[in-house]
Amino acid sequence: MANSAMMIGSGPATTPAPRRVGSLKRLARRRSSIALLLCAPLILLIVGLKVYPTFYAMFLSMLDRKMTKFVGLDNFAFLLDRGWHSFGMVVFQSCLFAITAVIMKALVGFILAHLMHNIRGKNQRIWRGLLLVPWVIPLALSTLTWWWLFDPSYSAFNWTLNWLGLDSIPFLGTTWNARISVIAVNVWFGAPFFMIMYLAALKSVPEQLYEAAAIDGATAWQKLIYITLPMMRNIVLITVLYSLIVTFADFDIVRILTNGGPQNSTHLFATFAFNVGIESGNIPRGASVSLFMFPILAALAFFVLRDVLKRSKEVST
Amino acid sequence: MTAVTAAAGASAKKPKVGSLERQRRWTMRGTYLALCVFVVIFLIPPFYMIMTSLKSSAEISAQKGNPWIAQSPTLDNFVYLITNDQFQRYFLNSAWVTGLEVIISMTIAILAAFSLSRMGFKGSQVISTGVFLTYLVPPSLLFIPLFQLVGNLGLINNTWVLVLLFPTLAVPFCTWIMIGYFSSIPKELDEAALIDGANYPQILLKIFIPVAMPGIIAATIFAFTVGWGAFLYPLAYLYSADQAVLTVGIVRELIRGDVFAWGTIMAACVIGAAPPIIIYTFLMDYYVAGLTSGATKG
Repeated sequence: MANSAMMIGSGPATTPAPRRVGSLKRLARRRSSIALLLCAPLILLIVGLKVYPTFYAMFLSMLDRKMTKFVGLDNFAFLLDRGWHSFGMVVFQSCLFAITAVIMKALVGFILAHLMHNIRGKNQRIWRGLLLVPWVIPLALSTLTWWWLFDPSYSAFNWTLNWLGLDSIPFLGTTWNARISVIAVNVWFGAPFFMIMYLAALKSVPEQLYEAAAIDGATAWQKLIYITLPMMRNIVLITVLYSLIVTFADFDIVRILTNGGPQNSTHLFATFAFNVGIESGNIPRGASVSLFMFPILAALAFFVLRDVLKRSKEVST
Repeated sequence: MTAVTAAAGASAKKPKVGSLERQRRWTMRGTYLALCVFVVIFLIPPFYMIMTSLKSSAEISAQKGNPWIAQSPTLDNFVYLITNDQFQRYFLNSAWVTGLEVIISMTIAILAAFSLSRMGFKGSQVISTGVFLTYLVPPSLLFIPLFQLVGNLGLINNTWVLVLLFPTLAVPFCTWIMIGYFSSIPKELDEAALIDGANYPQILLKIFIPVAMPGIIAATIFAFTVGWGAFLYPLAYLYSADQAVLTVGIVRELIRGDVFAWGTIMAACVIGAAPPIIIYTFLMDYYVAGLTSGATKG
């Protein structure tokens, strides 16, 4: 490699034209084969442990319970027909969970980013650090703490409610309470991520725009609607889409907090697939449950990718 | 006459300046008040985690008094955990698995990012896009086929399965971050090195890695966080206590026992949450910069 590198330096002056073209070509070929070699582990990992399993899941979902017979789309048909009373709830809860949680996270993150933007300098770092704590603690461990906070026998929240003279709430005991609790934990965990993304976006809005608007007599509300939001549009879009994917596919919170209960009303695709596929041992049906996520995630991923590629094109030109 | 107008002008001007200043002061007060409310809400679980970890089992099972404060704080839970073989095993398993995962992921990511950002070959654009796309494939879509796959490899209930699978969680995003950082290094730098007779390993080791160090730190933190906090894969593929990692070990083994072992569980959570918290305390800026670098570029 050192030789070929030398050739670039000394080649043009000394070697005749035909040989130079040849060696440059050889250099280019060699360069691209090294490049491919460096990429090989990445390609191997992604093809072997991401692409192949995706197709393997499609194959698995078309087998019967004992995985000996090919049954076509029967597993999907079962979920949509006889299994619908529980699977329909999974679809409903997954959509409710993802959409509500992402809207709440985006709102809380937006408010926090604005508050943080008012503070300058060193103070901002400290506040940001404090607000990032929920996002830094491993989710499984913090969800465990939430469970303990919601605990029916000795809930700290209920103690506080009683202390204030209010009745206890069975946080995880009834369907809608459990649904709201699960969403609340997800918002608590995810809002800091939105905050740092939006804060970075806010910082990138040129100050002159606000100054010009102030001279023109714009109110704070007008500045928000006509300057901040349009300038942040891309980031808001990408963050929301990305978070929709992650939230839709969430597993930890529901698994630990309710494990799908009460009466399977809080199951998400991931926890239901785990229940059916791993715990009940019906791998093909579990695979078909999680494959129901695929079209939704693919559609979301398409929009994220389109935006990201558009942005990177804008950046490079 | 002139004196009067001047005085009037001054008095008219003065309150205006004052009100602007007052307004700003009130904005700041409002900001800090609102932030305080958010911080209190956000920190309730960690606070309660620490408080519970300081309570004895007797105090918890008595169920009397204010649960938010440990009446007679004790470090017994921590002492118990630190001297407990099983818990040591969880912690060590988590540590070596995450350590290996970080090393493997970063090696793969740096090599690939170097090649994709600098040695542009046919299809490198497609690969970059594909890497980003696989980042959007969540583990909960793949854990069932992977269950079969690792079963065929004979890796079920073997901690090594995590070393194989965790890089799939970290590598796509790490590569994405590294491509961003490597692309921002001016081409003249490596061209100059090439002319001076440096080869590719030298360029990578002596130029790219030192210059892109902030990006490498950010990606390493990401890889660490992902591996340390992973829950689904260990839960699905490891079922015996001696193979478990921290997250699964705490959730599964500690809960199974005494109903009122919450003091121990919360102490375990504190210990499990400590490494990421410590890392973020010192390196948060790098991580936030790495995470938002793509966001602020446009």
